[in-house]
Amino acid sequence: MDLSLSPIAHVDVPPDTRTKIRASGVNVFYGDKHALKDVSIAIPEKAVMAFIGPSGCGKSTFLRCINRMNDTIDIARITGNIDIDGQDIYTPSLDVVQLRARVGMVFQKPNPFPKSIFENIAYGPRIHGIAKDKTELEEIVVGSLKRAGLFEEVKDRLDDSGTSLSGGQQQRLCIARAIAVSPEIILMDEPCSALDPIASAKIEELITELRQNFTIVIVTHSMQQAARVSQRTAFFHLGILVEEGATDDIFTNPREPRTQDYITGRFG
Amino acid sequence: MTDISSPNRVFDVTSDAARARVRKRYRAEARFRAYGIAAIGFAALFLVALITDVVYRAAPAFTTSWLSIEVPATPSDIDPKGDGSVESIASGNFDAPVRARLAELLPGANDRVARRQLNALISSSGTEGFRDQILRDRDLVGKTVNTRVLLSDDADLFVKGQATDVVERAGAGQLTPSGTEGTITLSGAPPLRVSGFASADPSTLVRISGGWVKITGQQDGVLTGDVMMPLRDTAAADWKLVTFETSEGSRRLGDREVVWLQTLTEQGVIERSFNWRFFTNGDSREAELAGILGALSGSLFTMMITLVLCLPTGVAAAIYLQEFAPKNKWTDLIEVNINNLAAVPSIIFGLLGLAVFLNFFGLPRSTPLVGGLVLALLVLPTIIIASRAALAAVPPSIREGALGVGASHQQAIFHHVLPLAMPGILTGTIIGMAHALGETAPLLLIGMVAFIVDVPSGPTDAATALPVQIYLWSDLPEAAFAAKTAAAIIVLLLFLFIMNGLAIFLRRRFERRW
Ligand SMILES: Nc1ncnc2c1ncn2[C@@H]1O[C@H](COP(=O)(O)OP(=O)(O)OP(=O)(O)O)[C@@H](O)[C@H]1O
Ligand SMILES: [Mg+2]
Repeated sequence: MDLSLSPIAHVDVPPDTRTKIRASGVNVFYGDKHALKDVSIAIPEKAVMAFIGPSGCGKSTFLRCINRMNDTIDIARITGNIDIDGQDIYTPSLDVVQLRARVGMVFQKPNPFPKSIFENIAYGPRIHGIAKDKTELEEIVVGSLKRAGLFEEVKDRLDDSGTSLSGGQQQRLCIARAIAVSPEIILMDEPCSALDPIASAKIEELITELRQNFTIVIVTHSMQQAARVSQRTAFFHLGILVEEGATDDIFTNPREPRTQDYITGRFG
Repeated sequence: MTDISSPNRVFDVTSDAARARVRKRYRAEARFRAYGIAAIGFAALFLVALITDVVYRAAPAFTTSWLSIEVPATPSDIDPKGDGSVESIASGNFDAPVRARLAELLPGANDRVARRQLNALISSSGTEGFRDQILRDRDLVGKTVNTRVLLSDDADLFVKGQATDVVERAGAGQLTPSGTEGTITLSGAPPLRVSGFASADPSTLVRISGGWVKITGQQDGVLTGDVMMPLRDTAAADWKLVTFETSEGSRRLGDREVVWLQTLTEQGVIERSFNWRFFTNGDSREAELAGILGALSGSLFTMMITLVLCLPTGVAAAIYLQEFAPKNKWTDLIEVNINNLAAVPSIIFGLLGLAVFLNFFGLPRSTPLVGGLVLALLVLPTIIIASRAALAAVPPSIREGALGVGASHQQAIFHHVLPLAMPGILTGTIIGMAHALGETAPLLLIGMVAFIVDVPSGPTDAATALPVQIYLWSDLPEAAFAAKTAAAIIVLLLFLFIMNGLAIFLRRRFERRW
C-alpha cells in the first residue's frame, strides 16, 4: 500500500537551535509508586521530539508534567524542575490556566466536546478572549480547521456534533482545537493509536506541517512513526530516560543496548 | 476454517454432548426470559388492578346530579327590598321557592320532620346556580325560571345507584287501601314472602294508585303500612311490590327519601353532568361541594418552594463535594452523613420543621412555605447523591480536553461537565420531587392537615397538600367521600405523571444537545 508518504529528510537539530523546554531532575510519584525517575532533557524549539518506550514506562506521565495536567491527579507528586523559555512552570506564582493555553495537548483517545464542530474549536479562543468579534472567531475556527486539514471535509457541517465525525476526523478536530488558541507547544499522547494507517498518515503529514510554527512533543508506539515525523527521539524505560538524541542516531546506532533491543523489537 | 467440525479440533461442536450443551443453554435462556416476562406480567397485573380499582371507585366523583326544574322566581323571596337591585337579589332567599317547588313535585311531606328531610335532598349550596342565573339576568324576577339545583351527596349517591337497588314486581290481583295518608291497611293481598319488617331487612313497599305505602306488617291477606307518598283514592287498584334491597338501617337515606328520589327520577327531572366543581372548589364538609383545587394548589406551591430551594443548593453542594472539596476526614464525614440523611424517616424531618421553622423562626403554620422547606430538607440528600453520581459519570476525557485548551477547573466543570451531567441530575431531582409530592407524614406535623376551605393564593396561605387531602377524605364516614378519595388519588397520580413527563422532556432536550 502506498501511503504517499516518503520519509522526510532528517535535518538534525542544528546546535544553535533554541531549547524550548528544559527538564532537570524530574521525579514523579503516584502515591508510593515512583513512576518517573530523575529525568533531565532539553526539548528544542520548532521541532518534533518523539518519546518512545515500552508500555508503563512513564512517557505519558512526563508529557503530562509539561502542561501540569498531573495536577488533576490527587495522588501525583512531582519534584524537580521544568522550564519553558527559561521560566519555571512549577513556581507557585505561575497560572496553570495560562500555561495550558501556551502548551496545548492532544490525547490518545480523541475527545471532542459533545458540542458542534464550530463550538469545539471556538471554545478555547472564546475563554481566552483571543477573538475580538464574531468574524474574527470564525476566521480562527476556519484557519485552525484548515491547518488541521479538516476544513474541506467538514465545511458544510460545522453545526454538526463533533462526536459525529470519524475517529481520524475527531483526532484532527482535537488538533485543530489545540492550535486554535495558538499555543507554543503541542503535546501529543499517542495521537494515532486509535486510527487506521491512512488517517495516521494524514496526522503525520499534519505534524510535519505544524513543526514550522510549533514545538511538538509526541508519544508514540510506532517506531516508523517516530522515525518519520521526529527530529529527536527519547527512549524511556521503567521510569528512566535511557537515551535521547537525534532520531537518525537513535534508530541507526543507539548508544544503549536497551534502546537497541527495544527498537529491534526484542522486548517491549 | 470453513469446516467447523474438522476432526483435529480439540472441541468438537457436532458431538452429542456439544449439542446437548447448546440445547441446555437455549433452555436456560428461554427459562430466564420466561421468568422475566412473568415478573413483568405480574407487576403489570398489579398496576392494572390498582388503576382499574381506583378509576372504578373514583368514577362517581367525576359526575354530579342536578334537579332540573321550573322554579317561580317569586319576588317576595328573591328580591326582599323589592327594587330589583343587585344587592337586594344577592341577599334574597332562593331556597324558599325551590323548596316550595319541590314540595309540589313530591306531595305529602306535611310535618316539619318530613319537610326537613325533603329539603335535605338539596345541597346546602344547591341554589347558588339559581341565584347566579337571576343575578345575570334580573329581568327573570317574577317569571318562572328553568334552573338547575345541586342535589346533596346522599341523593347524588342514590341517583348513581350506590345507595340501594330498587326492585319492582307486579302484584297479583288488586288491593283495596283503607285510606290515602297516614297508616293504612291494604286488603286482598296474597301472602308476601318476606322475613320481617325490621329496619335490618330490605324495605318492602307497595305502589298503588300513584302512591307509595311502606309495609310494616301482614296478617291474613291484610297488609299494614305507612303512606310515604299519598294515594289518589281508596278504590281497589292494581299494585306493584317494591323492595329496596339495602336495608334502611345500613344506608344514609331513609325509605321516604328513596321514594322521593325514585319519584323524581321517574318524573325525569334529575340529570347528571361532569363535576367541574371538583376541580374548582376547595375542601368542604359537604361531599357534593368538596373539591381538590385547594390541595392541588397547596401541593403546587409546596413543590415550587421545594424545587427552588433544593435544586440549586443540591447541585451546588454536589459540584463542590465532587469536584472542588479536598479529600479529607471532614469531607468523608459530610459524605457519610449525606448518605445517612437520605435514609432518615420523613416524619423526623417533620419534627425538625416543627421545632425549627414553626417554633424557632415562627413561620406561619400550615403553609406551603414551611411544607416546602421541610420537603426540601428531605429531598436534598437524594439530589446531592444523584448529582454527584451524574458528575462522576462524565468521562474524564471531556474534563481533560477542556483543561487541555486552557479552561480553568471551574470553566471545565460549568461549560462541559455540568451540561453532560444535567440529564442525570434532572432524573435524580425528579425522583426526589416525586418522593416529596407523595410525602404525608412531615406535612401532618407542621399542620398542613387542617380543614381548609379556601384555595390558597400563595405559599404563605394556609393550605393542605394532595396526599394529606387523600388521607383526610379517606377518614370521613360519608360514602361520597370514598369516591372523592379515589378521585384525589387519580389527580395525585396525574400530577406525578405530568411531573415525570416534564422531566423526561427536559432530559431529552439536554441529551439532544448531542
Ligand atoms: N493516575 C495514576 N495513578 C497511579 N499510577 C499511575 C497513574 N497514571 C500512571 N500511573 C503509573 O505510572 C506508570 C507510568 O504510566 P504512564 O501512563 O506514564 O505510562 P506510559 O509510558 O504512558 O504507558 P503507555 O505506553 O501504556 O501509555 C505506570 O506504571 C502506571 O501504572
Ligand atoms: Mg501513555
